[in-house]
Amino acid sequence: MSKKVLVKGNVALCEGAIAAGLKSYFGYPITPQNEVPAYLSRKMVELNRVFVQAESEIAAANMVLGAAVTGARAMTSSSSPGISLKQEAISYMAGMQIPALIVNVQRGGPGLGNISGSQSDYFQAVKGGGHGDYKLIVLAPNSAQEMYEMAYDAFDLAEKYRTPVMILADGIVGQMMEPVEFNKPERKDFVEKDWHLTGCKGRHPRSVQSLLMKDGVLERHNINLQEKYKKISGNEIQFEKFMTDSAEIIIAAYGISSRIAKSAVKLARKEGLKAGLLRPKTLWPFPSNEISLLADSGAKFLSVELSHGQMVEDVRLAVNGKTQVEFLGKAGGAIVTEREIVAKIKEMIK
Amino acid sequence: MQNEIIIAGFGGQGVLLAGTLLAQAAIEQGLHTTWFPSYGAEMRGGTANSTVVVSADEIGSPLAFNPNALIALNEPSLNKFMPRMVEEAIIIANSSIIPFDKEYKIKPVFAPVTDIADKEIKNVRTANLVAVGSLIKALELYAKGSCGEEADMRRQSAQEKEGDLCDLEDTKVLTLKSALTACEKVFSSKPALIEVNKKAIQAGYDFVKYL
Repeated sequence: MSKKVLVKGNVALCEGAIAAGLKSYFGYPITPQNEVPAYLSRKMVELNRVFVQAESEIAAANMVLGAAVTGARAMTSSSSPGISLKQEAISYMAGMQIPALIVNVQRGGPGLGNISGSQSDYFQAVKGGGHGDYKLIVLAPNSAQEMYEMAYDAFDLAEKYRTPVMILADGIVGQMMEPVEFNKPERKDFVEKDWHLTGCKGRHPRSVQSLLMKDGVLERHNINLQEKYKKISGNEIQFEKFMTDSAEIIIAAYGISSRIAKSAVKLARKEGLKAGLLRPKTLWPFPSNEISLLADSGAKFLSVELSHGQMVEDVRLAVNGKTQVEFLGKAGGAIVTEREIVAKIKEMIK
Repeated sequence: MQNEIIIAGFGGQGVLLAGTLLAQAAIEQGLHTTWFPSYGAEMRGGTANSTVVVSADEIGSPLAFNPNALIALNEPSLNKFMPRMVEEAIIIANSSIIPFDKEYKIKPVFAPVTDIADKEIKNVRTANLVAVGSLIKALELYAKGSCGEEADMRRQSAQEKEGDLCDLEDTKVLTLKSALTACEKVFSSKPALIEVNKKAIQAGYDFVKYL
């Protein structure tokens, strides 16, 4: 009766990337993202596209750089410790302005941690991660459907701004199955850009690099990058609001936490508590302006995360002292429950 | 209505597949659903579980905070999850290998699903779907029961005197029909297994007569 298929978030993500014209995937296994390379190892070969299981996460990320600089749509995926290993290449891609997709299906940290869902890599994703002044566009899906849609959109965003994009998912969104509708048209016929390295026979050689040693060149490059990031901040912020009008307490939550938070808001409303939810769908650029406007109405904020308090810092910056900002979170595989959120809301309303 | 269902047993008993079937059945009925596996170091012989949430409304957490249904295919699973269940939970316990003469906090519905699969279906590996059939029947009986009570109250208190106030479609419980349709989808890549698994679901459904 429905066109919807039951698939894991990780598989939905693969389908989104494939529909977007993913030409080459490079990865290395790690739970809880293993369905991505497992699924693509079959699918990409069937489609006569490239699948490589690299010798390491570092190699995989650098292969993405190499593929994407030729104009191919390329991606890698991993989970937290593996994403740490990829940071050098990510910084290079930001510096070289190479569009590509990096997927982090977060697990518990620090270190090797465990394989449970977690949201402890927020700082790493939005505050740099690698070295140098750069930003990634960071998308935060909270359902299998959004894993599909965001993977699809990520490549267009990456190419529009010539910048790497990260999908910051988590073990729960990656592992759960939900009904998904694969409703995006297949993308093909990509046009060669004037910076793609395609072999210089019959034309001037092109060069894409991040080593810029000549006097003032790197300074100019950094200014250009910042201008680009400003443009992205102006154009690409995405968020969802739920019952924020006249709310006294607004929960800020992304990814899997936002779903638990939404249930908590419904529960709170049943008990007559004026709660609402603001869910950033882009973590960078962050919906600071929207939060600031909501804070003007006097609403207090509660950041709910599967971490010990990371996004809450950006909420505080956006609220800028206008109202109270509180935090509720757990890490290492523990989950915040709806009841715990409602209890915290009550405490804040008192 | 929201059902939060846990299916647990030894690794290899098919708890992930049983959950998938329930989730697919929910899709057949146009309901919202999520399926979440235990994905640790489970292997044949260890314990594994999956959690399925079925709801008429958008689902928040795919993890069960208030689980109200459990399929326990072995005793360790029953002991592990029983304390987490809500008071009026429906529990299907595999009495082929779980003792039924013990005191339990919540009285399970005992169904010898391994024996039914082995002797009646002639395929012991279908025990998981026998249990799914039993759960569907038990949830249906429960819904009829509570729906009956509600209908009685409404009859006593209000004007509604006519008609069937106990429409299961309205209560959004999973139906046998959708489970059988789901079976065709779930086993679409292995068509030889469709009929035997349908039989298993039917047998489990028929076994449960009352709560």
